[in-house]
Amino acid sequence: MSEHQTFFSNLKCRECGSLYPKEAIHICEFDFGPLEAAYDYDLISKHINRKVIESRPQTMWRYRELLPIDGNPTVGEQVGFTPLVRADRLAAHLGVDELYIKNDTVNYPTLSFKDRVVSVALSRAKELGFKIVACASTGNLANSVAANAAAAGLTSYVLIPANLEKSKIVGSLVYGTQVIGIEGAYDQVNRLCSEIAGKYGWGFVNVNLRPYYAEGSKSMGFEIAEQLGWKLPKHTVIPMASGSLLTKIHKAYKEFMRVGILDEQSFSVHGAQASGCSPISEAHKKHSDIVKPVSSPNTIVKSLAIGTPADGYYAIRSMTETGGSAEDCSDEEVIRGIRDLAEYAGIFSETAGGVTVACARKLIETGKIPRNESIVLCITGHGLKTQEAIQGHCGEPRIINPSLREFEALIANDAAVLESGHKS
Amino acid sequence: MPVQVRIPAPLRKLTNDQEIVSTTGANVGDVLNALNAAHPGLIERICDEQGNIRRFVNIFVNDEDIRFQQEKATPVKDGDEVSIVPAIAGG
Repeated sequence: MSEHQTFFSNLKCRECGSLYPKEAIHICEFDFGPLEAAYDYDLISKHINRKVIESRPQTMWRYRELLPIDGNPTVGEQVGFTPLVRADRLAAHLGVDELYIKNDTVNYPTLSFKDRVVSVALSRAKELGFKIVACASTGNLANSVAANAAAAGLTSYVLIPANLEKSKIVGSLVYGTQVIGIEGAYDQVNRLCSEIAGKYGWGFVNVNLRPYYAEGSKSMGFEIAEQLGWKLPKHTVIPMASGSLLTKIHKAYKEFMRVGILDEQSFSVHGAQASGCSPISEAHKKHSDIVKPVSSPNTIVKSLAIGTPADGYYAIRSMTETGGSAEDCSDEEVIRGIRDLAEYAGIFSETAGGVTVACARKLIETGKIPRNESIVLCITGHGLKTQEAIQGHCGEPRIINPSLREFEALIANDAAVLESGHKS
Repeated sequence: MPVQVRIPAPLRKLTNDQEIVSTTGANVGDVLNALNAAHPGLIERICDEQGNIRRFVNIFVNDEDIRFQQEKATPVKDGDEVSIVPAIAGG
């Protein structure tokens, strides 16, 4: 597919607009601004439309003209197109009319939205000739790099804070990756990786491959629009760590309008953080675009605990531009959010999903999201990855001997049984 | 008595590919000025027109982010290590 090369034209500095070749570089030499993939949208609009997309396999790669690789994807060809679930019971519980869950807890292969970004980053890493790939991670990215690198036959190193949830550590180790635990917070891991990436010739998915990596998140936005019947939700609530996912969903919505797949329409993107690490939400609430870093994040939501969010400034701009709001919530509210999503929608999310639900509730209660407008909640990772956070908060099994008498005594006063009238 | 400054890859064209540069100064601002005297053009990459450290640049003195200290007035002493690190995305 050589024509694909011309769709993705350059890397471009988001600050000054300087153009760069499509290499493993991520910041502008002049002002340190992040580099971003630039496309030839006029050409793309001639090549894709709804019908063309609908005729392709149900993966994130059905939008490949808008993803930054030259050839066909070689890593993670099956990633994406996760369900968009209409959640009427949760809607009733939250007091809104039209609510959907974009359910990336079942993304392939590692049960989080990070498979999207890794699929792009490692496909590009192979095009650029890297043999060793690596990442700094709060857990989900590490799992995905480890799994996808293993499948692709690439050597991988993942660097994580040493105190991560056990499931997230095992969920990397199992793939035979080199897991390096750093005694420090994520931001310190990040900084170390930035220095390592400068020294070794490795493909760091969220350092020197970041312009490619970050674009993978757009596929979540493309899918939401398609699955909603080729229209945008009025409101999209998105968890924020570095703020990258929010900016990329915003970009995806705009790109679909730019290439004529969607008519011009208004929408808002809202950002959700945990109060124990909410630099972006704090800044937005103060109507400031200066993101004051958090030196010691303190929350059970480890996957969002980034004190120095690289895309915070742009996330604020996206929210402001679209009339969206930012919110943050306590750890107790996170747990309630996880339980609500499980009990009313049948979806078990990791802590970040609890943040999204809890912040959506606040945005609804404060009127920032009107109750009669359509809402999509982005749920980005599976609950089995952060079981520690919820353990002890959702009861314990009731234990009996294998005896019908004991069973009947046990359930005799259960409300559901009393109501159904199935008593002997 | 020198302060060691770690130069990130995108700025090494200005330091003849040196990864670590020795310089002097009483605080971070001084160090940046001294660095610029030895390697002209370096400071405009790190600071904007108003002289503030750019949004996407992080500076650490011995592993401590200067935004949690006194920004450019953060003191440095002999033997300290100053690192200039670009912001990177999350995961």
